[in-house]
Amino acid sequence: MAASIEDVANAMFEIVKDGAGSKKYKPSDLTKMMVEKLETDKKTCKAAIKELVNSGRLVYTYFGGSFLEIPHKEGAAPD
Amino acid sequence: MADEKATPLLDELEKGPYPSFVREIKLAAKNNKMAAGVLHQLEKSYRDKIGYWKHGGIVGVMGYGGGVIGRYSALPDDFPEVAHFHTLRVNQPAGWFYTADVLRKICDMWDKHGSGLTNMHGSTGDMVLLGTRTEELESVFGELTKMGFDLGGSGSDVRTPSCCVGPARCEWACFDTLKTCYEITQHYQDELHRPAFPYKYKFKFAGCANDCVAAIARSDMSFIGTWKDDIQQDDEEIKNYAKAGLDIQSDVVENCPGKCMTWDPDNMKLTIDNSYCLKCMHCINVLPKALRPGKQRGVTILLGAKAPIVEGALLSSVLIPFYDIDNEGLDDLFELVEDGIWDVWTENGKNRERVGEFIQRVGMGNFLESIGLEPDPHMISHPRDNPYIFFDQEDEEEEA
Repeated sequence: MAASIEDVANAMFEIVKDGAGSKKYKPSDLTKMMVEKLETDKKTCKAAIKELVNSGRLVYTYFGGSFLEIPHKEGAAPD
Repeated sequence: MADEKATPLLDELEKGPYPSFVREIKLAAKNNKMAAGVLHQLEKSYRDKIGYWKHGGIVGVMGYGGGVIGRYSALPDDFPEVAHFHTLRVNQPAGWFYTADVLRKICDMWDKHGSGLTNMHGSTGDMVLLGTRTEELESVFGELTKMGFDLGGSGSDVRTPSCCVGPARCEWACFDTLKTCYEITQHYQDELHRPAFPYKYKFKFAGCANDCVAAIARSDMSFIGTWKDDIQQDDEEIKNYAKAGLDIQSDVVENCPGKCMTWDPDNMKLTIDNSYCLKCMHCINVLPKALRPGKQRGVTILLGAKAPIVEGALLSSVLIPFYDIDNEGLDDLFELVEDGIWDVWTENGKNRERVGEFIQRVGMGNFLESIGLEPDPHMISHPRDNPYIFFDQEDEEEEA
């Protein structure tokens, strides 16, 4: 049975969470991993990313490229 | 004790005959503390020869990955007014047509929620609202949305598409740049707001080869208006130009890059060999009452330009020599872009590698093969160049 959007979103979230602080993932990195691991398609991955961002579980960040990360305090922001 | 509010170095930039951004910031600073903060931090930067802005990379509005560029002061204790100074890119209307009423509303909103400072417009084409705090971002976004505006692109996404004024104001437009720009903007909303590429991807639409939006030099995918048939010619008007003193031989014929014209001064007759015309627009620009683009109009679609940021500048190369975009629509192009170009580039491009750089790395022949586009001898880097496609002997034999 094909993985649902929710399954893919949860799997993506776990990868990003495990990598937090050591590795950053681009949306295309996560998509490639999901296509390989869950045998899902790019359209489902796109919907999963949208769900993760719209729900606030992940945020887009930009530091030398766009990445998906767990929301955290901006390092450059004043206290 | 030195006057902390004095800005002697910035004041120098008000002394020339040219418009001065310092003068404008000072005007804004009379009513806005953030604008005053910018002025004083900038004066310190000029004095110390150090930039005091820090890059922010997380701030944005809910659900979007682009449109907000985070900036913080590196000296928030000295300049608390600009401790946060985020920029918003706002998707401009196609061709930059506004009503005075909507501009007043935007400025009033920005005085209330931001520094009051704007850049009309950024180099990609967006309306740029300079300087606000993190907690104001959602309010600004909400008010913009109420006015019918949306944020533009930033980061590794489709950047805000932009076009020249096209048929709205220009008689040379060979296609409806405004309509095409609008339709592409609407179609790629997801790609515009949710960065999913190796790097930015810009669309620009120019109605003719005058290329008022510099599409050929600044956009990953350029749409430039052109025509297939003969230049429309009014011989009587050409005579009027000559009688008025225009040196047609020197100013028109000798400047033609295709050398496709001859001028008979005795009979005041300009002859154009249209088969050699490069559609550069030079003669039409010099003789606007006498010459016009042909009637069979469309676009040339090019790929791969970029301004110098990470690597050097690149100009576009021809991808589709002629496309009747006003009649054939965009569906085939969407398929080529999404299932061809973006698929291959996203799969194989390196982080921060523009599509033009990617093509340089893998080779245009390989790239065309991977996106499934048939090679065409009209695919050239410059007019009258040899095509960059190499046809295999085997293919030629098969064709024969």
